[in-house]
Amino acid sequence: MNQIAQPISTSPAVQSQENNHRKYYITPSVDITSNEEGYLLRAELPGVDKEGLEITVDNGELTFIGHRKFPQVVGDVVYKEIRTHDFHRVYELDPSIDTTKIHARLDQGILTLTLPKAETIKAQKITVE
Amino acid sequence: MNIVRYQHYPQGNLESALFSTIREEMDRAFQSSFGPFFRPLGEAPRTLAFDMYQDKNQFTVIAELPGLKKEEIEISVDNGVLTISGERKQEKSAENGQQTERSFSKFQRSVMLPTVVVADKATATYENGLLQVVLPKAEEAKPKQISLN
Repeated sequence: MNQIAQPISTSPAVQSQENNHRKYYITPSVDITSNEEGYLLRAELPGVDKEGLEITVDNGELTFIGHRKFPQVVGDVVYKEIRTHDFHRVYELDPSIDTTKIHARLDQGILTLTLPKAETIKAQKITVE
Repeated sequence: MNIVRYQHYPQGNLESALFSTIREEMDRAFQSSFGPFFRPLGEAPRTLAFDMYQDKNQFTVIAELPGLKKEEIEISVDNGVLTISGERKQEKSAENGQQTERSFSKFQRSVMLPTVVVADKATATYENGLLQVVLPKAEEAKPKQISLN
């Protein structure tokens, strides 16, 4: 399934403030490809702009949340299909990725994340003196 | 977990709306259930999600169409049917695919418009992967007040 809405429970402190209100997110579709330089991750996040995108790397886990913005429309609903929930996805990173060199680009709702492997992990030729 | 996505059914012209919905539902069920495991053979276009709104002067359609360029999107109105299509040019690169959930392919979706529209005066904007099309209704399709003498 391309989009699955899953509730993500917030920490107990926040839950008590929100009266046990759990926020629902959509899991976006993502393509991951790799080569010897590193990984390339492409996520479909329609409705998300740069201000609405939060990407964090913590303890080997990459998390991104896309807050969506929709245009204001005049009129009544004739047909509604788009789920307006925000996007959320978490990935466990390959330890060989250099997390300080992660690069992100957002273009027309597509997030492209470049995750380069650390220099020392790549195959090296060792010269003999 | 829901197998079928919950959907609001359209109001308006019930018969044609129902038929197109059922076919689209089946397309969507097939694409979403079998997507990663069973690729459709050939160039089957991907469907796109959209919302339609109306007030007395116009229809507004919002469609999810991420990752395209303006010149790759085509919007047309023919005989009361609005068709939105787009083709993404695939980026060729020498990479091993690890997990692929999106197919680089064509998008296409057609929908019947409940009333006649003036296609020449339609406007469209594309931002953040969302396409917004505004279609003004034809004069004869707007609601009329009938006055008593």
